[in-house]
Amino acid sequence: MGEDLEFFFALMLSGASIGLMYSLIALGFVLVYKATDAINFAQGEFVMLAGMVVVTVLGAEAPLIAGVVVVLLVMVGFGFGLERVVLRPLLGRPVVAVIMATIGVAAVLRGWGPLVLGIETRALPLPIGDEPINIGPATLPPIQVLGAVVAVLFFLVFSWFFKKSRMGVAMRAVADNQQVAQAMGINVERYFALAWAMAGIVSALGGIVWGAMLGVDVQLALVGLKVFPVVILGGLDSIGGALIGGLIIGIVESLAAGYLDPYVGGGTKDFAPYVLMILVLMIRPYGIFGRRQIERV
Amino acid sequence: MLAINNIEVVYDRVILVLKGVSIDVGEGKITTLLGANGAGKTTTLKAISGVLRSERGEVTKGTVQLGVRRIDGMRAHDVTKLGLVQVFEGRRVFENLTTEENLIAGGHVQTAAAVKQGIDLVFSYFPRLKERRGQISGYLSGGEQQMLAIGRALMSRPKVVLLDEPSLGLAPMLVEEIFGIVGRLVKQEKLSVLLVEQNATMALGIADHGYVMENGRIVLEGPAAKLRDNSDIKEFYLGLNEGGARKSYRDTKHYKRRKRWLS
Repeated sequence: MGEDLEFFFALMLSGASIGLMYSLIALGFVLVYKATDAINFAQGEFVMLAGMVVVTVLGAEAPLIAGVVVVLLVMVGFGFGLERVVLRPLLGRPVVAVIMATIGVAAVLRGWGPLVLGIETRALPLPIGDEPINIGPATLPPIQVLGAVVAVLFFLVFSWFFKKSRMGVAMRAVADNQQVAQAMGINVERYFALAWAMAGIVSALGGIVWGAMLGVDVQLALVGLKVFPVVILGGLDSIGGALIGGLIIGIVESLAAGYLDPYVGGGTKDFAPYVLMILVLMIRPYGIFGRRQIERV
Repeated sequence: MLAINNIEVVYDRVILVLKGVSIDVGEGKITTLLGANGAGKTTTLKAISGVLRSERGEVTKGTVQLGVRRIDGMRAHDVTKLGLVQVFEGRRVFENLTTEENLIAGGHVQTAAAVKQGIDLVFSYFPRLKERRGQISGYLSGGEQQMLAIGRALMSRPKVVLLDEPSLGLAPMLVEEIFGIVGRLVKQEKLSVLLVEQNATMALGIADHGYVMENGRIVLEGPAAKLRDNSDIKEFYLGLNEGGARKSYRDTKHYKRRKRWLS
């Protein structure tokens, strides 16, 4: 294999693993949008909150497993609570009201973090070592491999949930038509709460892997920004789309950094995904896998 | 079985839509509710099933009783648990779900075993749905979607079904087929049905009892056979004149012109 090709593969692999980690966060966004039609601008802050919870628990000399359990419980509780306190009163209001509310939640979380934990970046050590893992020509840091594996696992679980379980089918029914779902005996509000709790679980995992990679501080919330190109590309309400969208965005980022940065001096990685997002919006506004309005002729 | 007693419905706390409506649906009977557009038929059904709440509507007076239980003010999903289900106008299937998934969602209040049985039951009444079980329901034909909407409602094993305009937008032959199946369902599954229709000929043909609604009020009521003979019904809903012959085009026009002038 030539050196050029090896370089290319290394970029692809590294991009794909980061992409899968984006997908994980995007999944939280998609779950909420799919079930409740709410656009959650606080997804990145959810991840930050989760990271902070883990760091706090670990700071108290507790074992990692305790941190994982606590963060899962906290984030599920947070999801339920947020739905009950902030979103339920907004039921039936225009979409913009919900968007504004989530932006408000984001701001509150971003202010609250430093207030309680201080502004310094804290490490979130995972017992997986620093020894890079060799996959073919590429070497990946173990945290990226772990992140990718967690993401794939979650996608399998959620795909099964929505396709095969009765609860999952009911949730899709709610997403499809709330009024009719109600009339079929489905408690719509309970499913809304469930969707937010599921977003909480995903964010908890996202907080652990992203926190371990970047360190935990307010900046961790910025990974939430990457959610938008991912879901626009994949389709706002498609779980498979979040997976593919994440992969594409990760790879585009990595290729841009590898091939373009040497010529322009860096930084292309940060905007390439958004250029792609704008192009996609022009060509396929509902994304690759998004739900098109079904129209029978 | 289902007794609606003098209900008033207000939308947005201001707009009075139903002004004292009383309807009785007998056990194992088909009762039909006729009326022109905007008379309040659909609102009546929504008031009964409880979905009115999600449209900012409210039952402000009167009672709705299912058997011995008062169900007005209850939430829609609790009403369904008690055995009353609404089939919406315009079919409203879950478009992004397959036929089978629609049925599974319809059986939400039932146990897993009952859902399996329910699906078999629905397929026995609507064999066409069985052929389409794996298809995305948004792409089914109009008739198949209507069958699915009725089948989905059956999945909750209801005692009372509210059927809102099952004939809407369907070919006459399909309408006959669907009405025929509804008739069999009532007999074999011991359902009580409240049927809202614009197609008065069809509805009075299948129903035991009928009500006519205008402007949020019940204006006429009686056994279906009697309503079929009522001269007002003949003129305004069945399109026949006194002698039973079809109205001439010129008369119809004259009637329309006069009505526009008055309002």
